[in-house]
Amino acid sequence: MRELTLDQVDDLALGATLLGTGGGGDPYVARLMLRGAISRYGPVRVIEAGELPPDGLVMTTAVVGAPTVLLEKIPAGTEFTTSVKALSSYLGREPAALMPIEVGGLNTLLPLATAVEMGLPVVDADGMRRAFPQIEMTIFTLAGISASPMAVADEKGNLCVFETNTNQLGEILVRGAVMSLTLANAMASYTMTAGEVAEHAIIGSVSYCTELGRRLSAVQQGEAGAYDRFLEFAEGRIVFSGTIVDVERRTTEGFAKGTVTIEARDGSDSVMKVGIQNEFLVAFRDGEPVVTSPDLICILDAETATPITTETLTYGQRVNVVAMPCAPEWHREGMLELVGPRAFGYDLEYKRLGA
Amino acid sequence: MLRMGIDVGGTNTDAVLVDEEGRVRATHKAPTTEDPLDGISAAMAEVGREADLSEVGKAMLGTTHSANAIIQRRGLGKVAILRLAAPSSLAVPPGADWPDDLRSAVIVAEEIIEGGYEYDGRVIAELDESAVRRFANQAAGTADAAAVSCAFSPANYEHELRAAAILAEEAGDDFPVSLSHRVGTLGLLERENATMLNAALLGVARRVVDGFRRALQQHGIDAMAYITQNDGTLMTADRALEMPVLSLGSGPTNSMRGACSLAGLTDALVVDVGGTSTDIGILVDGFPRESATAVYVGGVRTNFRMPDLISIGLGGGTIVRPGEDGVSVGPDSVGYRVTEEALVCGGSTLTLSDVSVAGGRLSGFGDPALVADADPAAVTGALRWVDEQLAARCERMKASREPMPLLAVGGGAHLVPERVTGASEVVRPDHYPVANAFGAAIAEASGTVDRVYQYDSSSREECLAEARAEAKAAAVQAGADPDHVRVTSVAEVPMTYIPGGGCRVQVKAAGRLGS
Repeated sequence: MRELTLDQVDDLALGATLLGTGGGGDPYVARLMLRGAISRYGPVRVIEAGELPPDGLVMTTAVVGAPTVLLEKIPAGTEFTTSVKALSSYLGREPAALMPIEVGGLNTLLPLATAVEMGLPVVDADGMRRAFPQIEMTIFTLAGISASPMAVADEKGNLCVFETNTNQLGEILVRGAVMSLTLANAMASYTMTAGEVAEHAIIGSVSYCTELGRRLSAVQQGEAGAYDRFLEFAEGRIVFSGTIVDVERRTTEGFAKGTVTIEARDGSDSVMKVGIQNEFLVAFRDGEPVVTSPDLICILDAETATPITTETLTYGQRVNVVAMPCAPEWHREGMLELVGPRAFGYDLEYKRLGA
Repeated sequence: MLRMGIDVGGTNTDAVLVDEEGRVRATHKAPTTEDPLDGISAAMAEVGREADLSEVGKAMLGTTHSANAIIQRRGLGKVAILRLAAPSSLAVPPGADWPDDLRSAVIVAEEIIEGGYEYDGRVIAELDESAVRRFANQAAGTADAAAVSCAFSPANYEHELRAAAILAEEAGDDFPVSLSHRVGTLGLLERENATMLNAALLGVARRVVDGFRRALQQHGIDAMAYITQNDGTLMTADRALEMPVLSLGSGPTNSMRGACSLAGLTDALVVDVGGTSTDIGILVDGFPRESATAVYVGGVRTNFRMPDLISIGLGGGTIVRPGEDGVSVGPDSVGYRVTEEALVCGGSTLTLSDVSVAGGRLSGFGDPALVADADPAAVTGALRWVDEQLAARCERMKASREPMPLLAVGGGAHLVPERVTGASEVVRPDHYPVANAFGAAIAEASGTVDRVYQYDSSSREECLAEARAEAKAAAVQAGADPDHVRVTSVAEVPMTYIPGGGCRVQVKAAGRLGS
């Protein structure tokens, strides 16, 4: 067990913004919530799954909705505890710990705030180690773990529980409920035993995210050699440096889709285009795919090393495009169908980074 | 008819008279005074020697008063903040992210009560009117002003208006209330922050506007009085009394637009060198490019439309310290005391102005003989530092690798070298030392719309046409000539996951002032 204290929250939030790969929701509000929760209830107890009894229950909680709605609709805080309590009441068993579904974007921090409020530890693991837009896009789905039962709650005390045969259908039902409940709601799902977590989850995600943020923060403070130390830890590399010359956005099938075009700054005619579907999903250099989902595409401000989210992409920004390999746990059967480029409608082969 | 532009900076107070053809008729640069209104009045008197002040029909003031009040935590009013959003948002109370010293200086009461709207226009909860009444009675006794925020009020502001009406009933019509939907855009916390800052600045605004009007009166000027806004457009002095926060970033904007117009260019880098600091910005189509990321003012996160600027501690008064391992420059400055403290003026402090004189960049300022024996290595080293700082910041500001013209303005523009890497040319337009006051004199009227539309209930084209028309109407309402008002920007942000195309549309229209 280790304690995650107030002074690590900013690193965690910065790492989460990076792992959001342009989406995942701005962790700003989640950071304030986590700071508030730690101030009131004390530090987050971060544990390994092995520290729990093997049959102890681990639940995830997350915000579901639209990041743009969350700009106005700040959580009450109670919806998250309500969702977890509803799930445990449905199952007739109490959770021994909580866990993030996705370490990437605001859902990295929210379950931590909920856990300290409920007096529960947080397992240092997750199901994505990046952000994806849909509930079924987890490594748990690949392992055959059901997201159901899923409890969705709002801040007014409305809640519902779904049981579905597939996680894909779970996504559809939850999305429908959330649209009616106002697009800024809490969900508790993916209940599993500590034994299952140890076997199937991406281990160490919360620590990884904090360390990533710490190293990126060193880059931002201009420490000598910090960029190399950051890239080394992330196993990443800068695949393109340039200036944004076009940002095209549209709404299709309920997603913020679009393409950002970046022109090289080295005097060549090279152009990078990055496809957006809430997150950055594919990157083409001069028409050739160079990074493809589930590998990570992060766009950083060239000067300040601030991760740029899809909503703040602007013409004229000078950026570095950083590619990072996805967590190795993703590489198993079913990955491409679930989160490969074709899962997002890009007619492309997955091109494994570094392969 | 003449227009008078005034800019009150930390170091200098500038005045400019401009005729209807945009020609400069008179300029004056005077030190900013302890009571800034003395400086304003003195500058008016000086330009009055060269033109008939009775011809002035419009007077525009740009000032850093509000920004300095926040940065220095000085002269701010006490604010009671009421948020209409419960049960949502309880996890993050108002002011949660403010620096402690500012929070304790400004926020005297805070409450989150039932009310507010969902994204689709439903209410989160009906407004708790009795809670508004209780809050009003508490606020009236402890605060100078109230701020009211409300979830989704940019789209639906009935609850804010109703709360304001109740506040007026309980606390009196003259108790000032700032409403968030009038202050900011989507982003509850940022808008709420801006609204609280606005409420805290009402007293500062009252002093500035009263003083401005008094100065006009002293000089017998019967003119419309305007205050310049962050985006390079104007608001009436009456509106500035209600919306002081909208003028927070107007100083650099005025410099940039003034530089643009004086040089006859619409796309350029602008380097404004003052006595203490330098602002570097970029003009696109004659308007400053706005910041895409959250703007922090005095440590408070806001979502203002502010020019995208890089500021560095580099000005005419910046202190230069020769040392064993080379020269160190700034970031401290003697500011407006440069005319007494600089070596060339008979003072005892080596400043960048002295270095500029010794290096041959500045003439006609002080006595060059007083720096004749300055260490040449220190002079070269300090000027090299200036050149490197400017080149690196200009490169960062540029929108493309294409070289673009660089406009050097402000009292310290002499420090900008003849050649800057990445700039196609360095232009010092006529009257460049008073570009900021000129920018105030040529500021335009504008109007904006920022709203969430559902594209399934009417077509996208219809929605955009409606937004454009409303923005233009708002600009005309603000004083723009109806024949010359134009849409200056349209931005759409799709709201994810909403089927049928919920979309946030922001439209801005601007136009020169009508006669």
